[in-house]
Amino acid sequence: MIPKGERIGIVGVGYAGLADTKVRSAQEPSHTASSTTNTASASTNTTTTTTTPTPTAATSIRYSYKELMFLAARMAYEDAGIVDVRSKDRISFICSTEDFWEGNMISDEYMPDQLGAVLRPLCTVAADGLYGLITGFMQIRSGLVDVAVVEAHSKLSDVVSKKEIARFALDPVYVRGIYPEIDPYFIAGLEMNRFLYETGNSRESCAKVVSKNKGNALANPRACYASSVDISLVLSSPIVAYPLTSMEISSYADASIVVVLASEHKARMLKGSTDGIVWIDGVGWCSDTPWINDRNLADALYASLAAEMAYKMAGIEMDEPSKYIDLAEIDDTFSYKELQHMEALRLCRKGEASRLVEDGCTAMDGYMPVNPSGGSLGVGYLVEATGLHRVLEAVLQLRGMAGSMQVHGARRAVVQSWRGLPTASGAVAILSSNDS
Amino acid sequence: MIIKRKVAVVGAGMTLFRRRMLETGKEMCFEAASMAVESAGVSIRDVDAVVLGSAPDAFDGVHMKGEYLLDGAGAVGKPYTRVFVGGGTGVFAPIAGWWHVASGLFDTCLVVCEEKMSSLHPHPQHAFWGIFDHTLERPLGVNLLWIFALEMRRYMHLYGISEEEIAYVAVKNKRNALDHPCAQLAARITVEDVMRSEPIVWPIKRLDSSPPSDGAAAVLLASEDTARKICKEPVWIDGVGWSIDSAYWTNRELAYPAYLAEAARMAYRMAGIEEPRREIDVAEVYDPFSYKELHHLEGLGLADKGKAAEITVAGITERDGDMPVNPSGGLLGVGNPIAAAGMMKVCEIFWQLSGNAGKRQVKKDARTGLAQAWGDLMQFSSVIIMRS
Amino acid sequence: MREEEGVKDGQDISAKGMEHDPVEHNNSKSKRSSNNYAGIEVREDDLRDGRYMSIRYSARFRYRWDTGIAVGRFLEGLRNGKIVGSRCKVCKRVLVPPRIFCELDFAQVDEWVYVGDTGSVNTYSISYIDKQARRISNPVIVAVIELDGASQGMGIMHLLGEVRPEDVHIGMRVKAVWKSREERRGAITDIMYFKPL
Ligand SMILES: [Zn+2]
Repeated sequence: MIPKGERIGIVGVGYAGLADTKVRSAQEPSHTASSTTNTASASTNTTTTTTTPTPTAATSIRYSYKELMFLAARMAYEDAGIVDVRSKDRISFICSTEDFWEGNMISDEYMPDQLGAVLRPLCTVAADGLYGLITGFMQIRSGLVDVAVVEAHSKLSDVVSKKEIARFALDPVYVRGIYPEIDPYFIAGLEMNRFLYETGNSRESCAKVVSKNKGNALANPRACYASSVDISLVLSSPIVAYPLTSMEISSYADASIVVVLASEHKARMLKGSTDGIVWIDGVGWCSDTPWINDRNLADALYASLAAEMAYKMAGIEMDEPSKYIDLAEIDDTFSYKELQHMEALRLCRKGEASRLVEDGCTAMDGYMPVNPSGGSLGVGYLVEATGLHRVLEAVLQLRGMAGSMQVHGARRAVVQSWRGLPTASGAVAILSSNDS
Repeated sequence: MIIKRKVAVVGAGMTLFRRRMLETGKEMCFEAASMAVESAGVSIRDVDAVVLGSAPDAFDGVHMKGEYLLDGAGAVGKPYTRVFVGGGTGVFAPIAGWWHVASGLFDTCLVVCEEKMSSLHPHPQHAFWGIFDHTLERPLGVNLLWIFALEMRRYMHLYGISEEEIAYVAVKNKRNALDHPCAQLAARITVEDVMRSEPIVWPIKRLDSSPPSDGAAAVLLASEDTARKICKEPVWIDGVGWSIDSAYWTNRELAYPAYLAEAARMAYRMAGIEEPRREIDVAEVYDPFSYKELHHLEGLGLADKGKAAEITVAGITERDGDMPVNPSGGLLGVGNPIAAAGMMKVCEIFWQLSGNAGKRQVKKDARTGLAQAWGDLMQFSSVIIMRS
Repeated sequence: MREEEGVKDGQDISAKGMEHDPVEHNNSKSKRSSNNYAGIEVREDDLRDGRYMSIRYSARFRYRWDTGIAVGRFLEGLRNGKIVGSRCKVCKRVLVPPRIFCELDFAQVDEWVYVGDTGSVNTYSISYIDKQARRISNPVIVAVIELDGASQGMGIMHLLGEVRPEDVHIGMRVKAVWKSREERRGAITDIMYFKPL
């Protein structure tokens, strides 16, 4: 366990994004999809983002990713009690990006200005935002810096060729060679089928996850895909890659999220007390083999190994971690992933996830709420920002500021991310507001 | 600054650097990583975590290429992260490895850097088109070399440096590379040869620039306790620093690398270095173009502003000079598989400080060394200080 | 690989080698032979002669970037034949290209100004290659131009025209040459190039 006095705390969170930007592009006049298209004449439509520390989705479609980052960073610094970020010494900045999602071949070069990071240490981890958080955690823990600013964003509404890019992540010789036009979702179908077969979990409970998460999202101002759906609708939606249906796949959204970390000493100085500080009790991350055919597709081995590391660091007994945890914000890129990850994180035993979901144990008012934010299915899939978004939701919960999404008495949360298809890589963090 | 744990380099390895290699990126990673691990006398099972450094995905032709390369890097079943800061990646990846160990989270960390530039057709250069601003610059039909030529011209103008003086760097580094078994472009050339080589983007000429290459390089890092157990000659990482300047590069003074001065200040402060010129015995500074070695020596404070050319022409930076710079042969001589090239510099400092650089060993008794890399839109630098 | 008669699955075939054994055919150092460094070089003629197998894959990714508030204004300005900058209230700098944030003091910027379409050359270079690194017959002159009316050092990158390479010099005064109003689309190429003033 990390001794008191040496802990690292989350002192600020910021969010800018919009639920629907171009996701609902049907209503928009269509632009030709060239490599650069001018969506100018912005002057008439400059809705401002709220600058209160309660993040909501209220930005305009016309912000660029840089501008979204600026707005999120400003909110996070204010929340963290940082008056002038430019005057801070011993501060580091970390972004989580992948080039092709950005459309820039060395995407980190465009990050510093809008974060106040010019002539400061800034780096990119080509991974999910939760890896960025862990990077900041290690930098502070090593003694190198006192404060780390972590940013991740999704601006997938800028990307026309989403499918082509996703396919470009497949092994160039073996997998792309089999069927060049293949949709990478086939991997999710393979996994889901094997997972259900080995564990005995049901397709109905997968559909129930969709229904639960989209329902939870109704209370989340940052959610783009909130709705009340019942499981028959989910199961009868078109099959994309058997047994996965279209409604079991999370859809893309835009947002920038900024999280500010600080050493315990610095955190207390910035916040004036321990109020509002969320401690990072443990972190873990892991990668399984990149060969799809060599993996155990039923188990999310990367998640269990990452969780093991994080639980150990946090001093959580491995036999029943759910005793220690009040809520889980875990990856639900696809419906079955939530169940698979629950089991990998040992929130229940293998094969039990279905029952927990069916019994309502993972609902907002259950004993182990899973994805009270609405998850990726309800909020939207934020690619590399997904994990950091979960951190933001968990921080609001642990501060008791989650509004009508609030899980009562939430003191400790587990946050988990997965890097998406075709990877078997992911990270886990244990967060707490418990100061005893 | 109180650093939690001391970290040492205990092993290093690299592949040949060539224009095109038969090995895939994964296979090159494997060769470099296994050499690093074997040279430390341990096995991959002793590696607790892995960091990968690699530049744009566009080279290998795989999106999220860190995920694709991870089995080659020995990371299956381990905590694994890819870091990415453009051309600065090769020296930055070991810095990331450093905090994996210095934070107390791991006792060992394997750091692998790879670049397979030849996969991209018709020319690796094409990947760099995408580093320019998509709205304001790419429509002008940009080429990566433009910005370097603009920077070189500005540097020459402000300090009154000639193309001939700059050419000395290429002559020195390509000659040094004759002693490097992995070198791609080692040669004995003259200043006249450089001046006569065809301009690519004037004032940059063919012999002023490093080639695109395939290759990989790796180091194994260990905590103090572990290092003393497994290694006779650990080399300590005593200082790390990195910094980035504004992306609005046309708004900056290009003649002086302020970001490098910041990165160096961070690293020197951590290593307790007050007089770098007296304290740094050997330096591997980033030299993708000959003028960059000079530019970087000034940013590092190893030469006065505008005076790096003078000390180069005077032979001070030769392998047997008072302050050897790029005894490996640098990117100009050994080759430039982006991230792997930066890592090659870290390997070289490790070999120099442990007395294992063979024919490349500098004449002076080298105790403190520095490796540096540079990247993005001429705006990022990473610096690492090592001591034996 | 050639087809092997009578070789059972699982039997070691490494000694049989490949039809074109890279180690045999390669002129460069074979894998970890005379020195400790691995790697097999592939030469142009190896590729030409089909000595090694390779696969091809072409990808073309399309994007449709939101220009955002600041660059949107800038492009709108170009369409109208004007160059737009933004002014920071804190440091008073006039920023070109404009942004809604000042990177030096991390302040919101919301004041817009026109700057001149004349300026001076901060630095220049002469490109003999295109973006695919192919040599071109008519070299292109590239420059960073500090615009009049913007703060000192605030340049933009553009091309120079109507001038011979040998006549360009740092500090040279230049002026934008615009496309006609009908041809302007709200793009950086609405300025064709800058010419000597
Ligand atoms: Zn300002």
